[in-house]
Amino acid sequence: MAKVLVVTSGKGGVGKTTSTAALGAALALSGQTVCVVDFDVGLRNLDLVMGAERRVVFDLINVVQGDAKLSQALIRDKRCEHLSLLAASQTRDKDALSSEGVARVIEELREKFDWIICDSPAGIERGATLAMRHADMAVVVTNPEVSSVRDSDRIIGLLDSKTMRAERGERMDKFLLLTRYDPARAERGEMLKVDDVLEILSIPLLGIVPESQAVLSASNLGSPVTIANPDSAPARAYLDAALRLMGIDVPITVPTDKRSLFGALFGRRVA
Amino acid sequence: MNLLNMFARRTSAPQARERLQILLSHERASTGGQPDLLAKLREEILEVISRHVTVDQDKVMVKLDRGDAVSMLEVDIEIPNRSELRKVAAG
Repeated sequence: MAKVLVVTSGKGGVGKTTSTAALGAALALSGQTVCVVDFDVGLRNLDLVMGAERRVVFDLINVVQGDAKLSQALIRDKRCEHLSLLAASQTRDKDALSSEGVARVIEELREKFDWIICDSPAGIERGATLAMRHADMAVVVTNPEVSSVRDSDRIIGLLDSKTMRAERGERMDKFLLLTRYDPARAERGEMLKVDDVLEILSIPLLGIVPESQAVLSASNLGSPVTIANPDSAPARAYLDAALRLMGIDVPITVPTDKRSLFGALFGRRVA
Repeated sequence: MNLLNMFARRTSAPQARERLQILLSHERASTGGQPDLLAKLREEILEVISRHVTVDQDKVMVKLDRGDAVSMLEVDIEIPNRSELRKVAAG
């Protein structure tokens, strides 16, 4: 049974695209077939983060409008055979995405892949609502910072009202992915703690991705951090999060690059 | 002073948490069920008053303070008195 997952946040710059690429690669590395889909029409970046920017011939809009077949637009990752990318259009307007067209493409993707991961644009406009529309589950990417938490709360409300699942009265699973977390600053009271954010947003925790230089290095190279540097702290957080998405119960930790005691001290189970 | 600064820095995260909890409890209420009650109140109060006196829109101050338990809507309307009105009519 294919799963459609939307990676969303409301606020920009919190790590949606990084997380889409890292989770997609992590799932693919464990043998699942995965397609990551960029819904950020006009400002596409998933291709760049995945290192496929020079291989984009057709994009999501071409497929939605019937100008290209899905198989022509899918870009197979060179490092990981189970991973494919469907890029967004850089030149067209988001209005070119018709609701019916997106529904048809998602259905077609469901037949080919185990996981379809939709990278949502920031905001709550059409692009964001279309990205979440057909999702079975959502990963809400949040930074431990007031504006990001507020926007996540808004997005959770939309997930519970504007998705197909919500409209059919079915359950919409939502998970919190806390990114750019700095356990030392949180401990000093300079940053919202994991429990603060969990209490405010009250959705189960999927993982805690610590602030790390490895993320920027990976995007510089055009590779998901889980492939570029799988031993780094953020990669380990994403690899564990991917296991949890597959229903495997892994205790939640805050991985660190320095391999200190922190990871062990912050042990916690998924809600 | 140094000690105070250190203390202030230490309390920033609890403040963020508290501000968010208050803000979100309001936003959830207003986007979920009823439309913004305070906006509606403001509109209707002004409507009733302008039915009886001419109110200069620039002389209306509306302040809102959203608190944890209660919110305060303060509507401050300047109503010209008779002598002032006469002056305006004469001038």
